[in-house]
Amino acid sequence: MSASAILFYILGALILTFGILTVFTRKIFRAAVYLLLSLIGIAGIYILMDMQFVAALQIVIYVGGIVVLIIFSIFLTHQAGERLPSRLPKHLLWAVSMASVGLGLTIWTLYNYSYTPAGIAPIEHSVKNIGRQLLSYDKFGYVFPFEVVSVLLLAAMIGSIVIAMKKKQETPSNSPNSGEKKILN
Amino acid sequence: MEQVPLSHVLILSSILFFLGIYGFFSRRNMITMLMSVELILNSININFVAFNKYLYPHQLEGVFFTLFIITIAAAEVSLAIAIVINLYRRFNTIDIEDTNTMKF
Repeated sequence: MSASAILFYILGALILTFGILTVFTRKIFRAAVYLLLSLIGIAGIYILMDMQFVAALQIVIYVGGIVVLIIFSIFLTHQAGERLPSRLPKHLLWAVSMASVGLGLTIWTLYNYSYTPAGIAPIEHSVKNIGRQLLSYDKFGYVFPFEVVSVLLLAAMIGSIVIAMKKKQETPSNSPNSGEKKILN
Repeated sequence: MEQVPLSHVLILSSILFFLGIYGFFSRRNMITMLMSVELILNSININFVAFNKYLYPHQLEGVFFTLFIITIAAAEVSLAIAIVINLYRRFNTIDIEDTNTMKF
């Protein structure tokens, strides 16, 4: 067993442990911290697979952005040290049965399928190659999804601002109809 | 890394996926459900990168799909948290059992 294989199994065990803790812990802030550690472990697996760019993206966006956003929203909506309530046993039974049956089916399929590599000479998964193909408009270029996703990000940004914006309190001097509405209501 | 068979990576990602499924259905709090969705998306990213690395190392498609999934996850989380904050303002709770005004 080489060093990278041992590292892979250690990282996998860490990811699964922190994933289990994320799902089962009763304190919401601890769940967020366990999620953070699990995401860092996944970045380690990307580095083991020679995908340094994806690992950097994982650290920057997931760990630096998404988890921090989740922690902020936890602070906005929760009292510190509150324990989360658990669901009804009926829901828990559904969740356990769905997860276990799905996991069993998936692992059975994974073991019974034979994977055949394409067998073509590999290219380097460097940032240079990724950037060239991502922004090329030739046959296998990805410039169109790139632009679409930028529009999606803009739409999500505007949408989340509009949704989370506080509505202004209507004052009678600003809106002439509000007095009438009060009488009618 | 070549000594690790592909099926072990896929088993890791599928266990993570079904952990996310379990968390999504067993939690009542919306933010913890969101965390479970993040686990699901991450397990799918591992799948894409592993298939690209092991089976089709002559192209970069898995990296691009991972990249777009990460972007869409960022957009999804920002929208979801905006909705959660708005719900908290209106109902003073983010428990899904209590926010049933629009439930059919």
